Amino acid sequence: MATTERRWIGKDIPRLEDPKLLAGRATYTDDVKLPGMLHTAVLRSPHPHARIARIDTSRARVLPGVFAVATGQDAKEMTNPLPAFCAEPVVQYCLAVDKVRFVGEAVAAVAAVDRYTAEDAVALIDVEYEPLPVITDPFEAMKPGAIKLHDPLPSNLAFEKTLSFGDVAADFAGADRVIRRKLRWHRASAQPLETAGAVCRYDPITQKMDVWSNTNMINYVGWLIANTIKVPAGKLNIYPMYVGGSFGSKHVLGKIIGIASMLAKRSGRPVKFMEDRVDNLIASENLACDRFYDAELAVTKDGVFKSIRVKVVDDYGAYFQFGHGTHGNALAQVTGPYRMGSFEYTVQCVLTNKCQQGVFRGAGSDAGNFCLERLVDAAAQELGIDRVEIRQRNFIAPDRFPFKTPCGNVYDSGNYPAVLDRALEMSGFAELKRMQAEARAEGRYVGIGLATAHQRSVYGPTEFWFWYDSPGLTTAPESVGLSLGPTGEFVVTMFSPFWGNSPETVVAQTVGEEFGIDPSQVTVTYEDSQHALPGAGPGGSRMTVMLTGAVAGAARKLKDKLAKIAAHQFEAAPEDIVFADGRAMVKGSPDKSMSYGDLGLKAYWFKLDLPSGMESGLEARHTYDHPYLTKPSADRKDLGAFYPMMAHGAHVPVVEIEPATGRVRFLRYVAVHDVGTIVNPKSLRGQITGGITQGIGMALYEQSAYDADGQPLTASFMDYLMPTAQEVPPFEIGHVETPSPFTEYGVKGGGEGGRMIAPAAIASAVEDALAPFGVRVDEVPLTPERIVKLVEAARR
Amino acid sequence: MPTTIPIGLNVNGIRHELNVEPRWLLVDVIREQIGLTGTHIGCEHGVCGTCTVLVNGETARSCLMLAATADGAEITTVEGLSTGETLHPLQAAFREAQGLQCGFCTPGMLMVAHELLRENRSPSEQEIRESISANLCRCTGYQGIVDAVGLAASSQASAPAAR
Repeated sequence: MATTERRWIGKDIPRLEDPKLLAGRATYTDDVKLPGMLHTAVLRSPHPHARIARIDTSRARVLPGVFAVATGQDAKEMTNPLPAFCAEPVVQYCLAVDKVRFVGEAVAAVAAVDRYTAEDAVALIDVEYEPLPVITDPFEAMKPGAIKLHDPLPSNLAFEKTLSFGDVAADFAGADRVIRRKLRWHRASAQPLETAGAVCRYDPITQKMDVWSNTNMINYVGWLIANTIKVPAGKLNIYPMYVGGSFGSKHVLGKIIGIASMLAKRSGRPVKFMEDRVDNLIASENLACDRFYDAELAVTKDGVFKSIRVKVVDDYGAYFQFGHGTHGNALAQVTGPYRMGSFEYTVQCVLTNKCQQGVFRGAGSDAGNFCLERLVDAAAQELGIDRVEIRQRNFIAPDRFPFKTPCGNVYDSGNYPAVLDRALEMSGFAELKRMQAEARAEGRYVGIGLATAHQRSVYGPTEFWFWYDSPGLTTAPESVGLSLGPTGEFVVTMFSPFWGNSPETVVAQTVGEEFGIDPSQVTVTYEDSQHALPGAGPGGSRMTVMLTGAVAGAARKLKDKLAKIAAHQFEAAPEDIVFADGRAMVKGSPDKSMSYGDLGLKAYWFKLDLPSGMESGLEARHTYDHPYLTKPSADRKDLGAFYPMMAHGAHVPVVEIEPATGRVRFLRYVAVHDVGTIVNPKSLRGQITGGITQGIGMALYEQSAYDADGQPLTASFMDYLMPTAQEVPPFEIGHVETPSPFTEYGVKGGGEGGRMIAPAAIASAVEDALAPFGVRVDEVPLTPERIVKLVEAARR
Repeated sequence: MPTTIPIGLNVNGIRHELNVEPRWLLVDVIREQIGLTGTHIGCEHGVCGTCTVLVNGETARSCLMLAATADGAEITTVEGLSTGETLHPLQAAFREAQGLQCGFCTPGMLMVAHELLRENRSPSEQEIRESISANLCRCTGYQGIVDAVGLAASSQASAPAAR
């Protein structure tokens, strides 16, 4: 497949999205303005855990300019609980009912003529709280007798499960050595520069609710949101918006749509609720996993990996919105690129008085990669084997694909040795080591990092339910409409929004490839949820695979009809019609050809020239289902294929550290990725460099921190530190292309790899730099303070 | 209701006579009253730079400035960069080098880069990084932006005069 001649797939064309974004003409949610529209401000809890004894909104209600006020009691009457992707009885409303469980939880909301007046009104709401004991430490929270956050749960341990695959006990018993590490992955958050928001407009007579929101999954969860806001699902219409970045943080937005919809119903006017940055930092769906690992790798004395045993405690905060989905996600690649016959995974999901977890790029597999790669480096050190060598010894060989992992997930294809070789070559690994030795002789602390890790792609929904006995959803499709108009212009309709990536470019390149036309000639539009075909929307590195698949399917249907029309015209057989250079032609007879314009005109307005019985028009719609999803076995010994398009990467960062200040500076950053067939090198490069930059944040700076009393310490961008252009180096990006046998064109997903691999690689670089002190890195982010402490502790 | 005061703003060459509450931020007046939504709000506390506009030719964070204090000012927003059907050369360079992804920080980045290239016609990579380092981008990893500004500088150098 790699040798197939392609004209547009793989070409570095400028993005179709760019001109309107550059000119400031794209419509983001906050740009929506409707006649009579009101603006929302929210009163948030200052307490991490308290009973709401009384709320008095009377002063707020009479402030001129205020149209509606809502509290938790209203939420209980006017809405149902928010959608939750778990079976456990953890109930969450868009406004806190009776009790607050984290600082920042929404207690009341006001709709007024402008945001300023709404904030004035919020300041006039009086709330009496009865503080309750606060639990922020998940290990304390799990103990019997600890105060419970949710009464219907037996304890704060919302979920606990051990899944075991293969003969773990025998593999550990037979090992020469067990490498063990306790690792800590702190909670970061996505922080797209556009906060989450919604505009809701309600018609009480028809019960129709229109929603303009930057939620990413307008069709996948639209029907669930309809239940939350108590409107019939067919009466809810969600319009796709241009989205100013998501990184997983805008999947549902039930809290926001819930609040705006209540205020719209109550005021009789359209209502906008855009989070401000504080809302987004402390109370959105932004926060990522917060994990304590106790992990063991069973190895032979030759450094052959036999099995891995992972115990992980995850601090979920106050609610359980996505359940243990991020652990299902991590199971897709627990054993990484390495051959292992077995593994065991124990998860404990604990609820504490912090904002709930949402999803952030990597979705739990980022932390899983960190855990595995730390163990691999530890094994190399303890066994005295070179860290490149130990990886090469354990890689799944390129001729072993498709490869079934111990839990049943399948890796479609890969060439891990080639990716590593390319990274070593690009970085000049041997030369780097000489440079490092010279630097050390000068008293400088230079470190070379290495991580060779996976990026699962094309999300499969079984990860949410294979933990339970009863089954759940079994597909995550994506659809497009493709039409050829009477003047020969191609139009593609998408049913999921622009979420900050390049979906328009991807579909246009695919149409260009299929029909032999320039992608810049393709028009791309978005459709709202009432007119949608099935679509799960962006998430889990799926959209490039799913959109190319959907367009290819629609193209086949459209070509089928075009071939019949052309064949009828030339008295040829439809199977002899080929499509190239903007025309349909009879194979071997270039004089017998028609332009797409001629075909379009015939199909729309010259019915009598069409084959008898053919309907006028040229439109094809196609729903592309998950290309490779299989059912978990009843005994759950085999979880089936659920995340099989396995992309892979090798990162080599080079850092220099000042031990006295803890400052880390990048000297180089080399990253090689294999995401199968590349659709657009330019947009892929942006995904990788952007992902690595967030990975640098995770490794060195970003932590959504709480103090022991449950107060958030990072409630502004002054405190939540993200890398700027000064902290990141110029990146050196390389590619290996191993096409997937299961997708159209061999494409795999590449959206999350940068962030999923970089933290492991940077941890390894920091450990390497500080090797003269004998420092061991078990925790990220490696803030200056943590680095100084590590060095001080090692010196003692 | 709070009282308003009359101000005049010249935005992208068009004079606007407005009545604003003294507490209204410049960014809210530009977006809500003047109706130019290309300027985006990122953090509202002056850290991310998303709302950057030019006030009398100098970059300013329109979320940290009261509209009333801008009375009489010449303001340029992202909508004032391109004219008619053609992207400004700086915008074209951002497209060429993929200096954007979701487009949300982009207007602020463009204004900062515009100011830089006016003051320094051939900035080094480090100078570009320094000048954009007060603006956050969460998508690109900055590489594309740095490349785009460098590209704009070199095409500016070969062009007769920058707008």
